[in-house]
Amino acid sequence: MKEFDPGEAPSSIVSITDRVKQLPLGAAVGSVHFLGDRAFFVGAEESVAIATLEGEITRTETHFGAILCAASDGKRLVTGGDDGKLIAIDAKGETTTIATDAKRRWIDNVALHGDGTVAWSAGKTAFVRNPKGEEKTFEVPSTVGGLAFAPKGLRLAIAHYNGVTLWFPNMAANPEFLEWAGSHLAVSFSPDNKFLVTAMHEAAMHGWRLADNRHMRMSGYPGRVRSMSWSVGGKGLATSGADTVIVWPFTSKDGPMGKEPAMLAPMPARVAVVACHPKNDIMAVGYADGTVLMVRLEDGAEILVRRNTGTTVSALGWNAKGTLLAFGTEDGDAGILEM
Amino acid sequence: MAEASQKIPVTVLTGYLGAGKTTLLNRILSENHGKKYAVIVNEFGEIGIDNDLIIGADEEVFEMNNGCVCCTVRGDLVRIMDGLMKRKGKFDAIIVETTGLADPAPVAQTFFVDEDVQKNARLDAVVTVADAKWLSDRLKDAPEAKNQIAFADVIVLNKTDLVSKPELAEVEARIRGINPYAKLHRTERCQVGLTDVLERGAFDLDRILEIEPDFLEAGDDHDHDHHHHDHDHDHHHHDHDHGHGGLKHYHDEDMQSLSLRSEKPLDPTKFMPWLQNLVATEGQKILRSKGILAFTGDDDRYVFQGVHMMLEGDHQRKWKDGEKRESRVVFIGRELPEQAIRDGFEQCITT
Repeated sequence: MKEFDPGEAPSSIVSITDRVKQLPLGAAVGSVHFLGDRAFFVGAEESVAIATLEGEITRTETHFGAILCAASDGKRLVTGGDDGKLIAIDAKGETTTIATDAKRRWIDNVALHGDGTVAWSAGKTAFVRNPKGEEKTFEVPSTVGGLAFAPKGLRLAIAHYNGVTLWFPNMAANPEFLEWAGSHLAVSFSPDNKFLVTAMHEAAMHGWRLADNRHMRMSGYPGRVRSMSWSVGGKGLATSGADTVIVWPFTSKDGPMGKEPAMLAPMPARVAVVACHPKNDIMAVGYADGTVLMVRLEDGAEILVRRNTGTTVSALGWNAKGTLLAFGTEDGDAGILEM
Repeated sequence: MAEASQKIPVTVLTGYLGAGKTTLLNRILSENHGKKYAVIVNEFGEIGIDNDLIIGADEEVFEMNNGCVCCTVRGDLVRIMDGLMKRKGKFDAIIVETTGLADPAPVAQTFFVDEDVQKNARLDAVVTVADAKWLSDRLKDAPEAKNQIAFADVIVLNKTDLVSKPELAEVEARIRGINPYAKLHRTERCQVGLTDVLERGAFDLDRILEIEPDFLEAGDDHDHDHHHHDHDHDHHHHDHDHGHGGLKHYHDEDMQSLSLRSEKPLDPTKFMPWLQNLVATEGQKILRSKGILAFTGDDDRYVFQGVHMMLEGDHQRKWKDGEKRESRVVFIGRELPEQAIRDGFEQCITT
């Protein structure tokens, strides 16, 4: 353990808080995504706020109620709501309705494929619609907890109670089932397509090596993991849920099996959201006390982006080039930072 | 930690098939009470009111991965609560309706075990609607019905117009044999004051200190289970025990309740470990536990409630001037190890 120097207060870390363009949105933020150079702040309910680096904010009404999920491929943003609607928003801010659930069920999850295919779920049913408009559905034994497309091929991971189903919508073959007891929520493929990980309802992650379905248990969190992000090249998986960022190593063929995770950016507050930079070994970290840090993965060096004011940081996002970082909070504050 | 008052109160509405849950729900949703409720129902079509805060649920019961077999939660509720919290401020309280055959434990436990749910919501009361005509039969042949009575904080004994006075006395005695602590309302077509079933909060917890007065006022058509009083330190209730002719005392064959009381303060360093150990080892048998506690050297009332192995407790408020600083704990369950519980409790009393 390194010697702690009591003379060095946390405020002495490099601060770039004055370079952040403040965006007082006034409504809770659920997530943030960049389409071009504009940040699309998905509200907890009803609308998406679109902000420029200059601080200009326009608002687009999208749902009559809570916005439960959102995903972006950089070209469009797709949101699902408790009004049973799946809405697409393009870079200009124009909205189109992709689907309306016949029974007005909640749209709980959404995922986008690089070829324009969109997947969503309502209750136990996963839907897939390709760019031609052809729709297919698949039912899993319990409510869908999360959806993710594999980086290669058209393969959808559907997380649910007691495991993950891997479905190939374009193939007649039976779906593959990865079993592990418990309730699986968010799901994600590693960028190299070799691993699949889930955030569980319990304070733990689970993973499978897809070559042989070998299990990877990643536990020890004090709280549920609500946010995870792959570092550039898929070298590590940064996760929330503790008072430090837990970064699991995925550089070897065994993934994190038998290895200790890196524990970076410790704070006296729970990590709420993490977002790795798309090009460099840097991540942005948002905490339950409102702090936002940028952290270098290599050595844990920190830069302060936002002080610990207000409530939980609920959204973080980088633009594709990695030149802009946006954050949003549960009490409706937000900001954009240009690197 | 969020103040209890900031947490959204959750009422769990349970009851066997046909008892009248939907009637009560429709009343809650249609009456002009100035409150907005988010309602989680198991059957969409039954509610005749259009409201975007009525949510259909699937009753998915999930086991927790902690090696505890009775530790089950409603997975769908966890998800629904997540979604509802995005609409904070749009409603005042939440009502969760269960199916007629449901065990109330997983619903109640969801509000204890899930960190995020617990942060935002608190279990206010389990309200059980019971059919006066058929409950006695169901208690014999449907374990679910008995569970629902045992779990209740409030019992709405409905359809009392369909039974005679002796039949009503009989079914009430059966209920009291299982759960003497719940507030019981006799209704026709669920005509009960909504303030009597919703947002009860600490009031219902206070009732466990006031069992006897309730029995007194209930008069001679009201039965109770005598056996709970045998070992109490306070014997004033014995005045009326023998006052009514024809009282029926039912001891339910597999469900019992147990109440403990002390006028001397409890030692928190002994009581809390004892209680935690008790529910950890006997939690499968203990359906409900609750208590109001006076600790040595503590000017605050401590309250707790539990479901099976799960407990939640907090300092509730200062003891009032002149208020009797008395501790009272109740357990409802199956095959309760009564003597061991009584002995354990005695050990926690500060001497």
